[in-house]
Amino acid sequence: MKREHSISVKNLTKKFGDFTAVDAISFTVKKGEIFGFLGANGAGKTTAMKMLIGISKPTSGEAEVAGFDVYKSTEKIKKNIGYMSQKFALYDDLTVRENAQFFGGIYGLSKKVIKERTQAFISELGIDDIADHLVGSLPLGWKQKLAFSVALLHRPQIIFLDEPTGGVDPITRRQFWEMIYKQAHQGTTIFVTTHYMDEAEYCDRVSIMVAGKIEALDSPENLRKQFAVNSMNEVFLKLARG
Amino acid sequence: MKTILIIVQKEFKQIFRNKAMLPIIFLMPIIQILILSNAATFEVKDIRLAIIDNDKTSYSRDLISKFNASSYFIVSGESASQKQAQQSIQKGNIDAIIEIPKYFERDLIKDKTGSISVQIDAINGATAGVANGYITQIIQSFNTKIITDLQAYQPKNKNQSLKMIRFNPAFWYNQTLDYKTFMVPGIIVILVTMITFFLSGMNIVREKEIGTLEQMNVTPIKKYQFIIGKLLPFWILGIFILFFGMNIGRFLFHVPLLGNPAVILLFSSIYILVFLGMGFLISNFTETQQQAMFIAWFFVVIFILMSGLFTPIESMPVWAQKITEFNPVRYFIEVIRLVMLKGSGFYDILPQMIKITIYALIMNTLAVVSYRKTT
Repeated sequence: MKREHSISVKNLTKKFGDFTAVDAISFTVKKGEIFGFLGANGAGKTTAMKMLIGISKPTSGEAEVAGFDVYKSTEKIKKNIGYMSQKFALYDDLTVRENAQFFGGIYGLSKKVIKERTQAFISELGIDDIADHLVGSLPLGWKQKLAFSVALLHRPQIIFLDEPTGGVDPITRRQFWEMIYKQAHQGTTIFVTTHYMDEAEYCDRVSIMVAGKIEALDSPENLRKQFAVNSMNEVFLKLARG
Repeated sequence: MKTILIIVQKEFKQIFRNKAMLPIIFLMPIIQILILSNAATFEVKDIRLAIIDNDKTSYSRDLISKFNASSYFIVSGESASQKQAQQSIQKGNIDAIIEIPKYFERDLIKDKTGSISVQIDAINGATAGVANGYITQIIQSFNTKIITDLQAYQPKNKNQSLKMIRFNPAFWYNQTLDYKTFMVPGIIVILVTMITFFLSGMNIVREKEIGTLEQMNVTPIKKYQFIIGKLLPFWILGIFILFFGMNIGRFLFHVPLLGNPAVILLFSSIYILVFLGMGFLISNFTETQQQAMFIAWFFVVIFILMSGLFTPIESMPVWAQKITEFNPVRYFIEVIRLVMLKGSGFYDILPQMIKITIYALIMNTLAVVSYRKTT
């Protein structure tokens, strides 16, 4: 595929009655890019993301994800993306392996492939001893890393992460970002929302949403220059306060 | 097909990993059938009776002794006055008063007629009705006896005597009038209904609550795969509980199974679909297990009370009878009683079968239409 953009969005809008949650946003995400999608609570990040992953129909505008239209081909999009939400999304009452079997299975992977890939991430994370524990008994940090690994089982082109590190300690967050980097190097596009401004610094490019609109979009370095500040935190505060 | 199987496997793992589930599946049927079928009885026993004998003759004593002999009555206060007896009924110490008037015997012999006053505490209408039936029966049999006696004394009056009408009721299909035979099949139906309805409804809302439903919605699972995969385990569970319950009824209460169990299997296969569809429908419109539970309870209570299990549908007012037409529980109770106790076959239960199939189609169509992966 020659396609350069994993995601391209033009004037995408979502209205709930009179309220415009997402107001004509436009942006593109390159293949293999780590794209930070920032915004205060209620700025419309999650709504925008839901439209891109095909669980919410846009009111107007255009968007293509992994080469498929968000109106016509939501099911094809779903096959080609991974998703991990802020609510932890593995089953607590299944073991790590069973979760992998289930999620791999519904993406149509063969038992053999699931087994290989599961063993691969288990070895990589060094969690052979807890692979047969119920997920519910594991600490949150582990759960997040596992959810990320499971979301990658079917080798999606793009992975959407909705506040993946919420409530996780700094060390685990660091490890989590190392996993993200590694994945991006392998060519997976990462679309991530976060509240942590230090994480925003890790992204290739960052967009900041305020009240349904994208107010800034550039690399963290350029944004700092543009707003003449020293950190992304200050960029965010300047924008969000208006 | 493979996807459905994967979902079913996962559901079963979760069902049997849930510590509350095994008791629900095995203990609940046993306990419900044991307790309910023994407690939910129409039999009225130990009616406390005050007899006021103002006559004190051989006839009146004869009548009293008949009540004494009956196992349904506890006769107390034979000599009590009407006032005393009424106070006792007020306090709830006795259930009925029979007052034999003065000159009861004399009138009977002279005028061939007599009257006895019966007062029954009718706070519970059903019990009062049954008590009335028993009392009437005893007085009638007394009546027959004295007619015979009087005829013996005055043979000339033979043509004047009342024609004795004897009825020998024959109770078909439940010869001994064993209410357990009658109740157990109905209770099995309630059990199957509650378990499939509650579990399926709560199961999907639960995934909504913990966030895994959203995760499901971003996977390429097709709507029909998800719904079938989710509901099939509860369908299997429902069928299992039905036959488990029927066997408990058979071995503990000797409830017969005259008809073909395949007919019950066929009917219940469709019947369970009705409630799985309803459970799914409710879960589409609720956000928490609590909401889903309350709505499901609302329906279950109405369905059970209007199912003909505890109160016969024939004795309901006409408008209520019309409502029971929309009650799937009613049809299954009819069918299971017909097949188990009467030995009815497929063609006998065809009307119920057609109605329940339509019901299942409507419920599941609504459920499928209202379930959306995309909002």
